[in-house]
Amino acid sequence: MVSVPGSGLLKGLAVTLRQMTRRSVTAHYPDALPELPPRSRGVIALIEENCTSCMLCARECPAWCIYIDSHKDVIPATTEGGKDKTRNVLDRFAIDFSICMYCSICVEACPFDALHWSPEFEYAELDIRELTHEKDRLREWMWTVPPPVALDPHAEPAKEIGVAEKAAVRRPTAPGDPS
Amino acid sequence: MTDWVDLGVRLALVLAAFLVVPLLVGQVEHKAMAHMQGRVGPMYAGAFHGWAQLVADGVKFVQKEDVVPAAADRTVFKIAPAVALLPYLVALLVIPVGPGLVGQDLGVGLFFVLAVMGVGVIGSLMGGWSSANKFSLLGGIRVAAQLMAYELPFVLAAASVAMAAGTLSLTGIVQAWEPWWLLWQGIAAVVFFVAGLAEVQRPPFDMPVADAEIVFGPYTEYGGLRFALFILAEYAGIVVLSALTTVLFLGGWHGPWEDQLGWLWTLLKVLAVSFVVIWVRVAYPRLREDQLQRFAWQGLVPLALLQLAITAVGVVAW
Repeated sequence: MVSVPGSGLLKGLAVTLRQMTRRSVTAHYPDALPELPPRSRGVIALIEENCTSCMLCARECPAWCIYIDSHKDVIPATTEGGKDKTRNVLDRFAIDFSICMYCSICVEACPFDALHWSPEFEYAELDIRELTHEKDRLREWMWTVPPPVALDPHAEPAKEIGVAEKAAVRRPTAPGDPS
Repeated sequence: MTDWVDLGVRLALVLAAFLVVPLLVGQVEHKAMAHMQGRVGPMYAGAFHGWAQLVADGVKFVQKEDVVPAAADRTVFKIAPAVALLPYLVALLVIPVGPGLVGQDLGVGLFFVLAVMGVGVIGSLMGGWSSANKFSLLGGIRVAAQLMAYELPFVLAAASVAMAAGTLSLTGIVQAWEPWWLLWQGIAAVVFFVAGLAEVQRPPFDMPVADAEIVFGPYTEYGGLRFALFILAEYAGIVVLSALTTVLFLGGWHGPWEDQLGWLWTLLKVLAVSFVVIWVRVAYPRLREDQLQRFAWQGLVPLALLQLAITAVGVVAW
């Protein structure tokens, strides 16, 4: 290939001119909301009922932005001479999003699926203190959490389902089974 | 009495063109550059596609505080933007738009325009020197070095077309122009346009204001309205450069129905050349300081001299 001097310059001009005739790729964000993938890390939502105040999330949090207060309720024994049971009651669950770094460790650490990612991201505030979301606000985010992504077509079944199915198969042969 | 009215109307028209056309070019730059880069550009000021963006920018600039550095040479610092801007207004006065449509037809129009445009460099130098800031000074000296270097091919290329036309009057040059000059004076046209790009410090020749190395060169200390004037000077410079290229090399008002529509042809050609100025800005990266100087002295000056020789042979032969 013989290169003509200056052909590179012309090629550059051609590229920009061609680009000008194409549609621009700008996302018109405030006018049109972005289409976020379901796993986007926008804000963390909390299902209070699932939380056992086990503190795993707060302990694993590298930024120490999760605040949990709880107390133990005593459930009296139902039988005579039985032992009283105790139960954790969540008093406060708050996440300070001004120091949260969206690492997702809390969501993964939670053994009871109490924390979820919501793709909502428009929660800027004028006062930094407002960025600490208390548990009722974290519950509100729960309604915006999208359903979990479907498994790949040929993937193993979900772990819970697999365990349940195996248990169902084992059950008839279990010793002492009345059926 | 009628002479004075006539003069007043001409001056008002030139002033109006000076205030409107650079804004038009600026708006085209916003939009064309954005689309060349796959963006949409400013969309909100004004109703349709952000047409009022530059007006809004102007309002914003006016609102800003008028800051002069404590150690600055106050008078020089304050008048520098005017010195940078006014030459282009004066230059517009003598550029013909249509047959008989010119602010003031000067017998030495070309000489006058080139001399006046040379004043612009003083504005940048004044800004760089009076800012009392070594980086601004460095930027100012870079501007001076660049404008000196490119003034030579700029003037030589213009001299070639003046020689071909046998007159220094801009109107005379347009009258003498013929289409085949596009070939005959082609080298001069390219040299003139490229050197002119460097004269108005447009990319890829915006070394003096390189924002990554020296923050906006001699204009670092400027803010608000004074800064806006420097920016306006850049756009006015584009308009004057495009108008000069049109008049000298592209045949000015020549075109179909030139007696009635001559002004429209000139305007269209000016806008087309201005578009090329914007286009070149998007397509090419900035030159390094040494590349810039080498390009002027080893590239453009010999080319301009070659063109001058060709023109001389042509003039003598025909």
